[in-house]
Amino acid sequence: MPASSTPEPAAPKPFKSYWTFAGFRDGVIATLPLMPGLFAFGMAFGTVAARKGFSLFDAVLMSAVVFSGTAQIIVVDVWPPEITAATTFAAAVATFVICSRFILVSAAMQPLLGRLPARQVYPFLHFLVEPPWLLAARYQREGGDDPGFVIGSAAVCWVIWVVSTAPGFWLGSAVDPLTFGLDMVMPAFFMAMLVPLWQGRRMAIAWAVAGVVAVAADLTLGGFWYVVLGALAGSLVAAFGEEGA
Amino acid sequence: MSLSAHDPWAFAGIVLAMAAAVYLTRVSGFWLIGRFTIGVRLRRMLDALPGAIIAATVLPLLVHGGLAGLAAVIGALAAMLALRNDFAAVLAGMAAAALVRFAGF
Repeated sequence: MPASSTPEPAAPKPFKSYWTFAGFRDGVIATLPLMPGLFAFGMAFGTVAARKGFSLFDAVLMSAVVFSGTAQIIVVDVWPPEITAATTFAAAVATFVICSRFILVSAAMQPLLGRLPARQVYPFLHFLVEPPWLLAARYQREGGDDPGFVIGSAAVCWVIWVVSTAPGFWLGSAVDPLTFGLDMVMPAFFMAMLVPLWQGRRMAIAWAVAGVVAVAADLTLGGFWYVVLGALAGSLVAAFGEEGA
Repeated sequence: MSLSAHDPWAFAGIVLAMAAAVYLTRVSGFWLIGRFTIGVRLRRMLDALPGAIIAATVLPLLVHGGLAGLAAVIGALAAMLALRNDFAAVLAGMAAAALVRFAGF
């Protein structure tokens, strides 16, 4: 658009920044304790991909584009011998169900990420995974309100995820992650993050309901919906439970 | 029409389909909440969500995961309460699980 020649001194349009690099850096630093676990997880995917006859390029490409560990491992593990429209659709449906918990994660992140303009937040949301969300929950409770924190944390997760695919692909199962408890990084981290989220009895009831409903759904339905069902039940109890608790 | 398991175009198709499915999950909750003005009840619900998701993820895992999972969760919780340090908590959880396995459970 050509510059307007109107002589009136238009007020300089302030450059509005919706997130800062200081926030980004804090997000990166907060995510560092999880790097070994994320790396081991990424290696596990690389191993599965190699065993299934994928090329390294294909495996890394999938990690970079799909960016969901559980879904990738499960779909690659049952990769069809022949690909049809039906198998492609089945892979998409399986991925959606396995990732259904992200519907709630992205809902929980709306107040913080909603500060970003649509043109920034909608591309970014593809990279929203659990660690940035949990770290941000505490960050917000401590008064933080910079979406850069989430972006920085997600960036670390994505880089580790993509980079760790290759060593897993080459080394295979040379190192058994179980020996070092690497498979327990995420459960341990989840549990640790409960501590700063504690807010008294109302939370305890909501969490207990969430856990019990999830276990019941897991045992009766199987599949991957139990996280969503449990978490929805728990948070609804928090929303509509007794007042003033 | 069917293509071999590692046909580049078929592979690209599956990867894109999976990416679209993941994106749908990561966008839909955000989009939906954005339709509402956040009142008291919705606020409370969103506040409770992180802990509820954690509980709904970890508890079924404990039911299936056996002693190593239980050790990891207790170790992490104890370290977090004592030290308020993420790294120590994750390390304690891993160490507890590794010890239980080393002991042969």
